[in-house]
This record gives sequence, structure tokens and C-alpha cells, in this order.
Amino acid sequence: MAQLNDSGHANQHVSSSDHHDHPDMEEMRTFGFWIYLMTDVIIFGTLFAAYIVLQGNRNGGPGPEELFQMGGIIASTFILLTSSYTSGLAVLAMHKGNRQALMGWLGVTALLGATFIVLEVNEFIHLVHEGATISTSAFLSAFFTLVGTHGLHVSIGLVWMIALIIQLAKHGITPVTKRKVNVISLFWHFLDVVWIFVFTIVYLMGVR
Amino acid sequence: MWENVKSFASEFFVTGDPLIYGADISIVLTIIGIVFGLTYFKKWGWLWREWLTTVDHKKIGIMYILSAFLMLFRGGVDALLMRAQLAMPELNLLAPDHYNQIFTTHGVIMILFMAMPFMFGLFNVVVPLQIGARDVAYPFLNALSFWLFFFGAMLFNLSFVIGGSPDSGWLAYPPYSERMFNPGVGQDFYIWGIQISGIGSLMTGINFIVTILKMRAPGMKLMKMPMFPWSVLSSCIAIIFSFPILTATLALLFLDRYLGAHFFTLDGGGNPMMYINLIWMWGHPEVYIIVLPAFGIYSEIVSTFAKKKLFGYKSMVYAMMIISILSFLVWAHHFFTMGSGADVNAFFALTTMLIAIPTGVKVFNWLFTMFRGKITFETPMLWTLGFIVCFLVGGMTGVLLSVAPADFQFHNSYFLVAHFHNTIIGGVVFGYFAGLYYWWPKLFGFKLNERIGKWAFWFWNIGFYACFMPQYVLGLMGMTRRLVTYGWDKGWWEMNLVSTIGAGLMGIAFLFQVWQIVYSVKHLQKDETGDPWNGRTLEWSIPSPAPYYNFATLPQVSSQDEWWEEKQRREREPLSLAPPKLEPIHMPKNSGIPFVMSMFWFAAGFGFVFDWLWLTISGLVGVAVCMLVHSFNYDTDYYIPVEDIKRTEAAIRG
Repeated sequence: MAQLNDSGHANQHVSSSDHHDHPDMEEMRTFGFWIYLMTDVIIFGTLFAAYIVLQGNRNGGPGPEELFQMGGIIASTFILLTSSYTSGLAVLAMHKGNRQALMGWLGVTALLGATFIVLEVNEFIHLVHEGATISTSAFLSAFFTLVGTHGLHVSIGLVWMIALIIQLAKHGITPVTKRKVNVISLFWHFLDVVWIFVFTIVYLMGVR
Repeated sequence: MWENVKSFASEFFVTGDPLIYGADISIVLTIIGIVFGLTYFKKWGWLWREWLTTVDHKKIGIMYILSAFLMLFRGGVDALLMRAQLAMPELNLLAPDHYNQIFTTHGVIMILFMAMPFMFGLFNVVVPLQIGARDVAYPFLNALSFWLFFFGAMLFNLSFVIGGSPDSGWLAYPPYSERMFNPGVGQDFYIWGIQISGIGSLMTGINFIVTILKMRAPGMKLMKMPMFPWSVLSSCIAIIFSFPILTATLALLFLDRYLGAHFFTLDGGGNPMMYINLIWMWGHPEVYIIVLPAFGIYSEIVSTFAKKKLFGYKSMVYAMMIISILSFLVWAHHFFTMGSGADVNAFFALTTMLIAIPTGVKVFNWLFTMFRGKITFETPMLWTLGFIVCFLVGGMTGVLLSVAPADFQFHNSYFLVAHFHNTIIGGVVFGYFAGLYYWWPKLFGFKLNERIGKWAFWFWNIGFYACFMPQYVLGLMGMTRRLVTYGWDKGWWEMNLVSTIGAGLMGIAFLFQVWQIVYSVKHLQKDETGDPWNGRTLEWSIPSPAPYYNFATLPQVSSQDEWWEEKQRREREPLSLAPPKLEPIHMPKNSGIPFVMSMFWFAAGFGFVFDWLWLTISGLVGVAVCMLVHSFNYDTDYYIPVEDIKRTEAAIRG
């Protein structure tokens, strides 16, 4: 609570709806982010559609059964799911007004996310060494694009999360930083949901 | 060394065509002129403070419309060149490869860099004023959208003099748009020009949905909102669902070209028809995205100039929403000839025909609004009437095209070319002109000259029918689209000549419009009322041009045509003279980040086009840094003190 009282007022006059003649800016920004997420759903939807159409077109190259090493994939799946859980803990800490715990859980989330990315990069390097590149076949083009786009989202989320931890250290829990934490946690859960579809459609159904 | 420079330059710059040397010279002269003018009149600071960094929706709107007019000029010159080439059989004005480039850039520029910014310009200048808001929901993002559009358009247009233009049609169908058949950089300019401006369009869609849903004046229930914001809402809903498909599809084409992926290639298991499906899943909603706001404009104008409440308000709202949804269910009618079978074609033929129903509802609503109204025929109303006739013809030929078996004959013929120009010029362009003439006084504080405007209107209309009606016939006679020339033996030349003359008339009409603006500025007659058309909606309740905070006090809305009702109320009982209580107004601060960040996008795009990795990486790093700088900036808004509001109001209200 102390943090909230200390630094919360610095931005209070700008962001909360104490003037009734303009709408609550932070609520509006969160709403806009929901709409942005819907557009991102469509981007992933398009990439999933392309993957489903092209997954059988192996061009004489390797298929999912030969390429995917499920051990690593399952490990990285659990890492990402856990990071979603810790980002939820961060939001809970924020609502309790505990800045240290909030920053700590965000840090754990970012670490888990970074581990996920390292594992994914390793998987891609392994595939390329096996001779399975983006230009090998339509199946692999669609695979690398879909999984890589998800990885790109996670990487951008990481940079964003680190920037947010620094801002929390500077400003504390204010209406503005509160909204930012809420928004990135939405983003993080969203990427988790997308990954569940990737895991199911690309990996599980691929090695079936 | 010198040899290296020479060989680089000969590939980098487009050479060999006198037309292009002419363009080079005029571009260089224009840039020198602008730089000299700004320096001589010491206007650099003014340009930066008032325009490049502005987050004011009205100024952003003006910049959008200005860019759209420039692009209309370029796209129009492309059109005239094509019509000149086709005026007579066996002409050699344009070489075939040059002709391909010109029809490609004509299509891309007219839809994406003329219609879209014109539309966004009207969104920006009108929507906040009509719903009684002080700005859009995200003013910073709004400025970013504009600059992304601007630099995307610049990147695309640059291909004319650097590297070479794209030449695979406005939708760049593979396999021809793939590296195997199209190794030049033109196609990459296409991808990145559209991609960068497309991100801007997507953000504008989000911005206006939130603006309309969250920022309406107190008391303005959705069903009391004017019709134009409704049309914007329906259009933006289509934007947020369709533009991500475009982004993803162009990204896939880019991966094919840049990294050798096999999404749409003929080899490696790629599937070109998938591209054609995906691009039309965006492309068909796109044409409704641009026409729906035009429908909103006509609705406002018809009720203003008939001095009647809009007939069938609710049915109008439902019709627009239904069109917005149905637009996603018709994409395959662009390629009935794909061979997807009778069942699929029957489905898409039926959904296409269904769209005629809500569209018909709207036409009847406009007609019934005019019925027994006291109609006056100022230019906005003239364009609206011209639209109803023109769009009716275009709509009916659209229903003809939707009949799948018959479409096997119409497909890719001049019948189709005539149809979509009929709907896009007759629907979209006429609508935006009507809107521009209607809201011009609100933007600048004076009306455009009516007499010259009427000349422009008649030249446009007569030119339009002379140009496109013969094309229906030519299509039925077997002339296919994108044809560079034809023989004397075909019997097509009379119709083509008439068509070219019509195109020339429309070119003259455009000159009339430019003259109209110049003349009206020179013989400026200031509109002191702020309400020159006896309008019905909130934008006419404030002075023109609107002060930067729009409304000194936010209006309380109680009915659909609030300003009209308010005027009636004031007539019954004169306004009590107690001045409204002013409060400090919350406003966003200007920011240079949108402009700088879009320049970095431009650099990154240029790097991708020429495969210069150093430029791409520096561009993308610049974009990321801009985003972080913005994220770390907590000083983004301010309050206008009451004293300042009082002073401004006193100055503009006299």
C-alpha cells in the first residue's frame, strides 16, 4: 500500500476519471488492447489456416514424425504455461499493492519466457541441421512461420516486460502502470492460449 | 570506383523512359521548391510544431485528405495514360511491360493510397465533432497511423523512379508475383508500401471503434448517434477483421520472395490459389470498408438538404451492420472460375445476391427521406443524387456478375472493369467528394465556390458515363482486362475512343475541382455562422474552423438530430444568457515520435526491398527505440486552463 500512496498521486490527476467530462483513459486503453488482441487472433488464424492447408505438402522432405522431438516441446509447453501462472500471481500482487512481489513475479515470468525462447531457438537450429529449412517444403515454410510468429510475439513481450519492470521501479503502482501490467498480462495469457493451439495442431496432431 | 557507381546507379534508378526522366526532374524541382520555400519563409519550425508533431484529429484529417488528393492526381494520370494507349488500335504509346506497371500502380494507388486516406481523413475531421468528443480515443496512435500511411505511400511511389514499379496487378497474384517470375524489386516495394500503411489502417480501425463506443457526448445513446459515425463503426469492424488477413498474407508472400519459402510457389508444394483466397478474404471486405462511410455521408447530406429527419434510421443501421458481416462471406465470387464446384459457387453466388437487399433498403431510405422534402441542390446534394443513379447501375451489374454460370463469360472482361469502376467511382469517390464539399466549411471556415463546383460535377458525371458505359459493351464483345492493345479487325475501336474521351472529361473535371479550391481561397467569403447548410448534427453547433479543443463545454444530447432540435428549442424560447460553466480541458500533448518512428519503418522497408540488411536492422531497431521512448514518457497530457478557453472562445465568437 505504501508504494501506492507514495507515488500513486503523481499521475493520478492525469489518468483517473476525477474529471467527469472525459472518459476514463486507462479503461479505454485496456479496451483498445482487447480489440488489438482480436486482430492478432485473425493473424494467427490465417497462419493456422495456411499450416493446415499445406501440412501435407512435404515435397519429398521430412515430415513431423521424423522432425519433432516431443520431450523438449512438452518441457517448453510446461514452462510457458507456468509463466502464464506467474504473470497471474504478478497481477494479484499488484492488486494487493505489493510492488516488490509484483516486480518479482514479472521477473520470474520473463525468465520463464526467455527459457521458452532459448528452447525454441535450439529446436529451430536442430531442424536446420537436419536439413529442414523454411525453403525445404511448403509444410516447413508454414511450420516455421507459424511457430516463429508466436516466438516473435513472446520475444517482443519479453522486451516489453523488462521495460515495464523498470517503469514500476521508477513510478510504483499508479493507475498508468496498473493498466500496463494488466495489458501485458492479457497479452501473455493470449500467447499461452495460442501456444496451446500450436502444441495441439502442429505437434500433437503432427506426431500422431 | 566510378564504374561501380555507374553500374549501381543504372540498376538503382529507373532509366530509359522519357516519361520517367520527366518525373525525376519534377520530383527534384518540387523538393528543391519545398525546401527553399520553407527556408525562405522560415517555416520549418511551424511545419514541425503545427503539422508534423500534431495529434489534433482535425489537422491529421486535413493531411490525410491532402495526401489523398495528390494520390488521386497520380492515379488519375496512370488512368489517362492507359486510356490514351487504348484510344485506337495498335498504338505504341506504352510498351507492354510499362503498361503492366501502370495498371498495377493505378489500382493500388486508387484503392489504398487514395480512397483509404480520403476516408480516414473524413473519419478524423467529422467523427469526434459529430459525437461531441474532444479528440479520438488514442490521439498519439492516430498520428502514428497517418505517418505510417504517409511513409508507406511514399515507399510505394518511390518505385516509379527507383528500382522499378510492381507489375503484377493490384492484388499481385502468384505465381507471377513470386521471385521466380518477378525478380525485380517492384514487387517488394508493393509488399512493404502496403504493409507499412496497412498497420496504420488497422490501428485507425481500432481507434475509431473505441472512440465511437466510449467517447460519445453525455446522453448520446448509440441509437441517437448520427448516421455517419454508424457507418464508420461498421466500416471499422470490417477493418479489424480483414486487415490482419492482408498483413499475414503479404508477410507470407514476402517470406516466399525473401527467404525462399513455398507458400504460393508452383514448386516445393506451394499453393497459389491459397493466396487468391486469402487476399480476397481481405479484398472483398475492403471494398465495403471504403463504401460504407460513403453511405453514411449520403445519409447526412440527404437529410440536411431535404430538411427532414432521415427515413428509416433503424433499418439503415441494421443494413450497414449486415453489409459489414456479409462482406466476409462473398470472397470466392472473385474467382468462380477456380473450379471449386457448383455447391461452393452456388453458396457464394447467393451470399453476393443477398447483399443487394440491405443495399436496396438504403437506397429506398434515401429516396423516402427526399420524398416531400424541401430539397435544395447545392453541390453536396448534387453528388448524392449523381451517386444514387450511378450506384444503382453498378449494383445491378454486380448482381449480373454474381450469377456464377454467367460469370464464366464476364470474368476478367471489360464488363467487370466497368462494374467495379461504376461502384467505386459512383459509390466511393462521389461520396467522398460530397462529404468534402459538405464539411469543407467546417474544416476551413468558408464554402467552396458552387458555380465551379457544378461544372466539376457535370464534367465528372458525363465523363464517367462516356468512359464506362462503352466498357460494358466492350466486355460483352470479348475485350479482356489488362489488354495492352488490340487489332483493327476486332471492331472495338469506336467504343474505346468514346471511353478515352470520357476519361479525358473526368481529367478536366479534376482540374475544375483544383481551380474551385484555388478560386474559393482567393475570393474568400468567411462563414461566420458555423452552420452554413442549416445542419442537423453537433458539428454545426460550434464555430468553423473548430477550436483545437472542439467543444468548450460538452453538449448534452437528448435526440437524434440534436442540433436541429436545439435550434427549434431556441426559437421557441430564446437562450438564457447565463454563460455555461467552463472547466479545464484535458488534452494530449504533441509528439514527434509518430513521425520519426514512421521514418524508421520506411528505412526498414527500403532495406527489405533492396536486401540491405544493415538498413533493415537499423530501421527496426529505430522503431523499437521509438516505442520504448514513448512507453517511458509519462508526460503525455495537459490541461487547458479556463482562462485560455475563455480567451479563445471570445476571439472566435467575436
